[in-house]
Amino acid sequence: MWVGQALARRARWRWAEIVFWLAAFAALFLPAGRHLILNEIAILALFALSLDLILGYAGIISLGHAAFLGLGAYAAGLLAKHVTDDPTVGLALATVAAASLGFATSFLVLRGSDLTRLMVTLGVAMLLGELANALPDLTGGADGLQGVTMGPLLGLFEFDLYGRVAYAYSLTTLFVLMLVARAVVYSPFGLSLMAIRRNRLRASALGVPVHKRLIAVYTLAAAFAGAAGALLAQTTAFVSLDFFEFHRSADVLLVLIIGGAGWLYGGILGAVLYEALQDALAAVTPEYWQFWIGLFLVAFVMLGRERLTGGMRGLLARFGR
Amino acid sequence: MRRRALLALIAAVSVSSGAAAQDTVKIGLILPMTGQQASTGKQIDAAVKLYQALNGTTVAGKKVEVILKDDTSVPDVTKRLAQELIVNDKVAFLAGFGITPSALATAPIATQAKVPEIVMAAGTSSITEASPYVVRTSFTLAQSAVPMADWAVKNGIKKVVTLVSDYGPGIDAEKSFSDEFKAKGGTIIENLRVPMRSPDFSPVLQKAADAKADALFVFVPSGAGAQFVKQFVERGLDKSGMKLIATGDVTDDDQLNGMGDVMVGVINAHNYSAAHDSAVNKAFVSAFRKANGGLRPNFMAVGGYDGMHLIYEALKKTNGSTDGAKLLEAMKGMAWESPRGPISIDPETRDIVQNIYVRKVQKVDGELYNVEFETIPNVKDPVKAAKKK
Amino acid sequence: MATILFDGVAYGMLLFVLACGLAVTLGLMNFVNLAHGAFAMAGGYATVLLMDRGGVPFLACLPAAFLVAAVLGLVLERTLYRHMYRRSHLDQVLFSIGLVFMAVSGTTWAMGASQQTIKLPAWLTGRVDMLGMHVGIYRAFIVILCGLLAVGLQLGLTHTRFGSRLRAAVDDARVARGLGIPVGTVFAVTFAVGSGLAGLGGALGSEILGLDPNFPLRFMIYFLIVVAVGGTSGVVGPFIASLLLGIADVAGKYYIPAIGAFIVYLVMIAVLVLRPHGLFGRPR
Repeated sequence: MWVGQALARRARWRWAEIVFWLAAFAALFLPAGRHLILNEIAILALFALSLDLILGYAGIISLGHAAFLGLGAYAAGLLAKHVTDDPTVGLALATVAAASLGFATSFLVLRGSDLTRLMVTLGVAMLLGELANALPDLTGGADGLQGVTMGPLLGLFEFDLYGRVAYAYSLTTLFVLMLVARAVVYSPFGLSLMAIRRNRLRASALGVPVHKRLIAVYTLAAAFAGAAGALLAQTTAFVSLDFFEFHRSADVLLVLIIGGAGWLYGGILGAVLYEALQDALAAVTPEYWQFWIGLFLVAFVMLGRERLTGGMRGLLARFGR
Repeated sequence: MRRRALLALIAAVSVSSGAAAQDTVKIGLILPMTGQQASTGKQIDAAVKLYQALNGTTVAGKKVEVILKDDTSVPDVTKRLAQELIVNDKVAFLAGFGITPSALATAPIATQAKVPEIVMAAGTSSITEASPYVVRTSFTLAQSAVPMADWAVKNGIKKVVTLVSDYGPGIDAEKSFSDEFKAKGGTIIENLRVPMRSPDFSPVLQKAADAKADALFVFVPSGAGAQFVKQFVERGLDKSGMKLIATGDVTDDDQLNGMGDVMVGVINAHNYSAAHDSAVNKAFVSAFRKANGGLRPNFMAVGGYDGMHLIYEALKKTNGSTDGAKLLEAMKGMAWESPRGPISIDPETRDIVQNIYVRKVQKVDGELYNVEFETIPNVKDPVKAAKKK
Repeated sequence: MATILFDGVAYGMLLFVLACGLAVTLGLMNFVNLAHGAFAMAGGYATVLLMDRGGVPFLACLPAAFLVAAVLGLVLERTLYRHMYRRSHLDQVLFSIGLVFMAVSGTTWAMGASQQTIKLPAWLTGRVDMLGMHVGIYRAFIVILCGLLAVGLQLGLTHTRFGSRLRAAVDDARVARGLGIPVGTVFAVTFAVGSGLAGLGGALGSEILGLDPNFPLRFMIYFLIVVAVGGTSGVVGPFIASLLLGIADVAGKYYIPAIGAFIVYLVMIAVLVLRPHGLFGRPR
């Protein structure tokens, strides 16, 4: 009973959350021009949310999360090319495909140290990338998958050049999956995950089926990442080998660490910060923006990352009362 | 209802901002300025700047403004940047495109927005077929590979091993070289491919050595050339009687001089050499070097330079109109003398038609250059030419 | 056959010198330094500059490359890194990747984005036939030099006063400090030596691996593989892992080119599934 009350209290919607989502949806009605980058941010945020489920809530660090992004993207792209151009069907298929891969590879991340997990996940992503390269008849190889055309969303809204429909689509998906993520982490299942993250031995002594829980959350995270891949493939009508690349896995990890892992909104905060910063810097100096991003990261850590994002979290919690 | 009013408002705003910018023509230049392909981006960016410095920023009464964006060679970013450039900056041209997937990803945007897409670098044949608005000023790999095969046959080379990097352009080069070489009566002993991420060429080189061919035909992307040739020589293959023939990417002018004397004698075919003997080229090279601290222009730079020329001349022809269809008409069939020699835009395929030169690496005034010794005039893209038959 | 084996060994040895510094910082000091490759790059560029502009002979450049990278390592350790030792791994990842971005961009700015090449002296080029193998002289040079380094490192860690101080400092910094071991200095010196070795590796490797501003990112994965497969409890593991990877990579691409690109990752996953803490690691 007591646990139930505590969970209910934690699961309550906070004002800051509500304001955030209202603002995000209100951005749909901004004048044209910013929706393309907003769409990209929403997709990156979903990808980071997926990583947060395993890193923030189960303590599994991954440097190969792009495996699921890429698989989802290719699943959605191939479906659109060969079977149906309905985006929602593609989204569903990509989610299922990525979840299956997540389930199949989950046994790889059950054992070993952080470094082991880092490298095994990275290896899986690299293998899939090479596999896609080795099957040019199916995937289009290094040129990327050609001839993906998307039908209108729900049969009503065509994807426009301004990215407004794309943003609406990605944001809605992000919102729905955030509801799912909230339901999961604020459930007894979510609590058991946290127990595993804090102390695996103690959790299993308390009767938590550690392996089963880890497999379940890894599969769920894979499904989320597959959805992000589908969104990326569908809103750009293009898939390439780059989707499996190391830099995607590394970027999403950076984004999540910047925003702070383990509170669901870290991915979104990180995605907004990182993309906005990169966009602004690259507009000023297309050649050397990386330097300033690097400087930002170093300074960010030196000044105390925990303190900065902790402040945001504290703010959020205070608004909740 | 409110939605429609909002859209009307947006339309009104965009029309008015268009009117204000009427005497400026904007070019969205999307290049890889960071990451693996950064040297491509640097060369093209420098060439574009040079063109504007030499020819002014005004054409047909309009000011030409170039907006440079870095796509880090990530295709979906290229596409997003292209869309933003069209939507926010109202560019009249999209240009640049360091790698094939970037150019291909952007093609539907060019079609949808009716904006010319000038491909200044990427070299896979199929790009110009992806949209009627794509025009190319760089080259296709088959353009270099096929003349190389012809030359090999004529010079008594009968058995060849090919070795290419395992990605789109590499496979293009392998296929077009092999087909041509076999059609002319030669034998391909083996087609070897090396993974893009491979840092060490020793296993494939050992395979090539074991095959005992007359010549080894190579394509590796610009940048990996030096490593490749060094390991070729280290293995003593240069003394084994096996000739090294290549596309000009391997002997990229950007790095050729730094690669050292091991490069001397490498035979290759390509569209541009900084040592090309013409007044236009001499002026281009010296201006380029002066503006960029001694950097030597390579075939990427010349692709960018000619792309700017194409844009300027098309604007002159349309009297400054930025209507996409009119610009495309103006570009088709356009011919001029580039630093690389005479070139033109094929009116049917919108691909470049250019001379291909067979060259040999030699020391000229203490520096290594690709010295041209044979010219195959007006080469069209052989892949598309073969499709028509 | 023997030639392939030899090439694999040479490639593996090179990987070892490049990665062993990371094996020490990550394995012994438990610090995730993704910027390790930046020190290798510094060594490589120092060599290019010295040879091209200074006319310094190649052999003299090697110790110089070591010194440049070591001094750079020492300065950064004293100013930045030492504040990071106690932070979480995630902080360390963010911090060191930031350094990588700065190094890549800064090098592009200073040296241009193109590949750099060094010109080996004539006596190091070419090859000789020995015991039925074709032995590239430069590769033989690498094998000998790196082999000596590996032995020296292992002895240094196990048989010297500094080695035992380092191991003590790693095992329990507080107790070590109590025993009068200058932990800070030990760590700084270790870090500098690790960086210096990377610099040396960069100087040696640019001939075979190439050198451009993207070097730290391009090889980060390889370094991590070496350390993960080898295990993090000394230099023997990474040494064996480097050799294994070098041979698997070269032989794989020669004998089964169809899956050549997969081999490295397959080997790594297989090893880590069977032995999650690496070949020579022990669970902490």
